[in-house]
Amino acid sequence: MTALINVLRELAGLFVDDGALALAIIAIVVLAGMVAMLMPGIPLAAGAILLFGCLAALLSSVARADRR
Amino acid sequence: MRWLRKAILRSAGVIPLHDEATAFAAETAELREQARRNEARLNWIGGVTTFKAVLLEGLEVVFIVIALGSGRGMLVPASVGAIAACLLVAAVGLIVHRPLARVPENTLKFAVGIMLSAFGVFWTGEGLGVDWPVAELAIVGFAATFLAVSGAAVLLARRPKAEVLS
Repeated sequence: MTALINVLRELAGLFVDDGALALAIIAIVVLAGMVAMLMPGIPLAAGAILLFGCLAALLSSVARADRR
Repeated sequence: MRWLRKAILRSAGVIPLHDEATAFAAETAELREQARRNEARLNWIGGVTTFKAVLLEGLEVVFIVIALGSGRGMLVPASVGAIAACLLVAAVGLIVHRPLARVPENTLKFAVGIMLSAFGVFWTGEGLGVDWPVAELAIVGFAATFLAVSGAAVLLARRPKAEVLS
């Protein structure tokens, strides 16, 4: 069981380094998707959320790691 | 973006630089030790290690092929393109691996992280129906933006060397 947990942990580690960053990116994509769906007349709004959201998530993750 | 995050933190000295040669030596030693302890499981251990090494990139290729191919009924051309790209990268890697090895690892990862982030934002937007101004050229703008913000992040988080060592 421990070996299986270790394998699963290793596998998860391949995809997720900073859990908060991963969650933030998922939230940004979901938000951008909702905006794209609700405001099809302003497609760039979703694009702006994607770009600036990702930049904000990146900076916030770096700042968190810096404080630790 | 995790590549970019780590590259920023390493450039700033928040986390130590990664030494690929040391990591390879440590991993090889660990595998040898595991194999010595249990000879019968040697292939299984080697298999798992190889699987881990190619899983992430393999999955990325599969996702990109499905994302680009399935929407427009072009799965076969997208798959052929992926195989051709794989062969091309392997060939180029064989030719330039020595000069490429002289490029500092973190610089390489920084550049790859910026490219992946720029392409990721572009393609995610495309998937959501965003009509980017200047089409594919927007990727260059995204890369420049990620580079500028990452550079600023490095400067803001920069640590004196003594602090990193301690």
